[in-house]
Amino acid sequence: MATLHRKLVRDVLHMRGQAIAIALVIACGVASFVTMRAMYRSLLRSQADYYTQYRFANIFAELKRAPDWSAGPIRGIPGVAQAETRVVMDVTLDVPGLQEPAVGRLISIPPRQARGLNALFMLRGRYIFPTAGNEVIASEAFAKANSLDLGSTLHAVINGRWQKLIVVGIAISPEYIYEIRGGASLFPDNKRFGVLWMSADELEPALNMKGAFNSITVSLMPHANEADVIAQMDRELDRYGSLGAYGRSDQISNRFISDEIAQTRVSANVIPAIFLVVAALLVHLSFTRLVNTQRSDIAVMKAFGYSNWKVGAHYVEFSLLVAMTGYVLGCAVGWYFGIRLASIYAEFYRFPILTYRPEFRTFLWAGLITLATAISGAAGAVSRAVALPPAEAMRPEQPASYRPTIIERLDFRFMSPALRMIVRNLERRPWRALASSFAICCSIMIVVVEFGMFDALDRMMELQFRDIQREDIAVTLNEAHSARTQFELARLPGVIHSEPFRAVPVRLRYQNKWRKTAILGLQDGNNLRLIIDQKGNRLSLPPNGIIISSILATTLGVKPGQNLRVEVLEGRRPVRDVVLAGTVDELIGTNAYMEMHALNRLMQEDHLISGTLLQVDSGKKQSLYQQLKHLPAVAAVSIKSATVSSFKETIDRSMSLSIGTLMVFASIIAIGMIYNGARIALSERASELATLRILGFTRREVTFILLGEQAIITVAAIPFGFAAGYAMCAILADRIKTELYRMPIVVRPTSYAWAFFIVMFAAIASGVLISQRVAHLDIVSVLKARE
Amino acid sequence: MIAALDNHAVCDSEVVFHMHGVSKSYKTDAIEVMALHSVELELKAGEFIVFLGPSGSGKSTLLNILGGLDRPTSGDVRFRDHWLSKSDDAGLTRFRREHVGFVFQFYNLIPSLTALENVMLVTEIAEDPMRPEEALQLVGLTERQNHFPAQLSGGEQQRVAIARAIAKKPDILLCDEPTGALDFPTAKLVLDVLRQINIELATLVAVITHNSAIAGMADRVIRLRSGEIVEITHNASKVLPEELSW
Repeated sequence: MATLHRKLVRDVLHMRGQAIAIALVIACGVASFVTMRAMYRSLLRSQADYYTQYRFANIFAELKRAPDWSAGPIRGIPGVAQAETRVVMDVTLDVPGLQEPAVGRLISIPPRQARGLNALFMLRGRYIFPTAGNEVIASEAFAKANSLDLGSTLHAVINGRWQKLIVVGIAISPEYIYEIRGGASLFPDNKRFGVLWMSADELEPALNMKGAFNSITVSLMPHANEADVIAQMDRELDRYGSLGAYGRSDQISNRFISDEIAQTRVSANVIPAIFLVVAALLVHLSFTRLVNTQRSDIAVMKAFGYSNWKVGAHYVEFSLLVAMTGYVLGCAVGWYFGIRLASIYAEFYRFPILTYRPEFRTFLWAGLITLATAISGAAGAVSRAVALPPAEAMRPEQPASYRPTIIERLDFRFMSPALRMIVRNLERRPWRALASSFAICCSIMIVVVEFGMFDALDRMMELQFRDIQREDIAVTLNEAHSARTQFELARLPGVIHSEPFRAVPVRLRYQNKWRKTAILGLQDGNNLRLIIDQKGNRLSLPPNGIIISSILATTLGVKPGQNLRVEVLEGRRPVRDVVLAGTVDELIGTNAYMEMHALNRLMQEDHLISGTLLQVDSGKKQSLYQQLKHLPAVAAVSIKSATVSSFKETIDRSMSLSIGTLMVFASIIAIGMIYNGARIALSERASELATLRILGFTRREVTFILLGEQAIITVAAIPFGFAAGYAMCAILADRIKTELYRMPIVVRPTSYAWAFFIVMFAAIASGVLISQRVAHLDIVSVLKARE
Repeated sequence: MIAALDNHAVCDSEVVFHMHGVSKSYKTDAIEVMALHSVELELKAGEFIVFLGPSGSGKSTLLNILGGLDRPTSGDVRFRDHWLSKSDDAGLTRFRREHVGFVFQFYNLIPSLTALENVMLVTEIAEDPMRPEEALQLVGLTERQNHFPAQLSGGEQQRVAIARAIAKKPDILLCDEPTGALDFPTAKLVLDVLRQINIELATLVAVITHNSAIAGMADRVIRLRSGEIVEITHNASKVLPEELSW
């Protein structure tokens, strides 16, 4: 080993506290990069492979009923590679062990497994036998949530008939990677919603759809124009009650996954960047100090003929040694967290394989970024070492010159000499103080943002399920019914109050822009479903006109007072102009609201309803659920409390990992910065502090002077950290904003409190470490040694 | 004449420091270095003592023990009723805080504090200090009190250090090579300040040095070699600093 290398190893060991702090911060950056970047790549690859291998369709359309032969012209549309028809129907299920009724989505599949679109990936069991009538393949998420296994039986009301279904297989499908019902329910509830695949030969007659279909999916040839095909499909299918064809970008499961992948990509860039900037700052501060303390070593090296290049390389190697230790640790930790994260993703997203397999290039990139961090951090100090003429380096550093601080020039006489020392030291090296404050600010920001995101989610849930959806149960009928059904539902056991609603699928058009949505018709004076904006203000329904979500109004470019064209996608499919009465700034979905009678008039129908909202007596739920399971008119029952608790459970599980991890990471930044700052101050001012000890200052008083500087830096960083955290929440909320949902900007006091506690913990931990060093200060040596 | 009178006065004053059988050894891995060996010594209030000796003679170790910076390996050290040899770290800190003033070879001023503030640093933690301005006046630095150390000459810095040391009205002023880093005229100026403090405040002043010329201004000169006291000389008449030469 060359002598310089031996020096290197000993120097690193000597500076081990600081070296460990720097290596840990780098490890956090590398770990978050390796975790998230590789997760992003894994998700992207899993999605792409799944879609290709299992032939996920490009265009989807649901309609009322079309004869099988009407698919012919669709297949003839230029650009269409394959078109497949099927029957899809939501039914009420009776699941063993589940009190409440669940919603099953029955999807017809060919009697024999073929190379069709949206192919099933069989996890267990077998494909259905063409002759056996009541066999179904259950979706994995639903089966798992309800502990269904091969041979389990379920009951469903299919077209008014109570039917027994036997699970023969468990599968997943590229259409339901994120398994939710869609429409208004964006929160997954795998216990109460599941997909069941059933033989077309069985399902079509059972639903009176023999020789007909109500869903068609299409794959495109390479280079086909999706928009053109959609337009032509709409022209072909409108007459069969089409709800409008749509591409993958509007397919709900795909949309959630694609949004998630995009978000992971953003996180994979932002979070590691924060850590690595802090790491570079730490390297910079520590190495500047190192070079200063080693002035005489540098002089000796140069005096004996070591070239500038050799001296520079020595210090660069030093920083690389520390950085690479962090890199290796970060890769290992990142890999571990990647595996944990993948298992959490697997709970939300059902892929055939979602393994966390970091690619070589992820590690390569992480390595290059680490190198860049270490070199950029050390550059200033190294160039100073190189530039130092040997003769000057022999002399001790020039004594520090000080001046009264700005605060003192304002004539604050209350300051004790100790406080003045602290303030003047800060003012003498403002950039160093700022850099330290910045790093601490970052760690606070990370905690605030992490908690803030969950606060936002919480607020969203609270707004949606406490303020807007005030019903206990929402019952959706399988088609529009007369108001009499409403009275029948109101008479069910346990129903305290009920309010009907009408939901109509429409295409809203303004000039050349259009969006598909559903108009929700509510009665005047409704109490179970309110229209509330994200600030909590309630809007009342106008007797005429329509209210739509602000985001929808922005997309369409329409303003209140202007006329919106409503193209109804069911029944007689009337097309009407309706005045936009107002907009509502909501967090979830792109909704449209009308007063129910106005909507009935627009539909040219009598008083029809699509379902009813119920407020129920919780003591009588059981018998109510039993009855609802058997009502032929009921298509779906959604129980609010069940949805909320199931969603919260899932969130809590993923929260514990991400919050736990980021809290540890944020503490590492804060401890790394505060400890390093105090450590540098201690080494720079050891003789000053020892002098104070000789003059009779106690250990505690000296520690106060030393840590006072770090305390001010830390305390000053707190409000900025809070502000930065809030600002980052706002930026993220804006970034994450989609038509599906908007994150509100909410940071609760408890989140700020957590950030505060973490920084305080870091500060106290660093203080304890440093005060032990003060205890071992060699006070006698300063009597002799100069510096 | 005045010096002789002073000397006489000192002879009758109270013994404040008692050192009995004091030894100090430093152990490093394999070797044990004996820095002090069975030292017996008494110091009286108001005395001006010069410890003389070459490097390694043990004079710094002796000063460290007198100043409560270090404890002997064996033997007893007592300052009035303080048993320094038996004090813990906090006890020694209190002793230094209440009774000792230090002057260092390299001044050891706090660079971020002005001359006045360097003095205030000590007066704020002392029980019955003089006013910091007064201390600076005693060393003749009233004009320079708002200057930072970097703006002062070496001699001025050392005088600030002396002002800082005496401001608490210490019982003992320990000076470690106080003129070691100063030129000849400046050194004499600083020694004169020490002499004045000794007379005017009746402070026990102990100076360690390897400069034997300084010995002339002491009441007693204590010579050390290899950790032992080899000679104690009483000066019948003391020399004024301006008469010193080296």
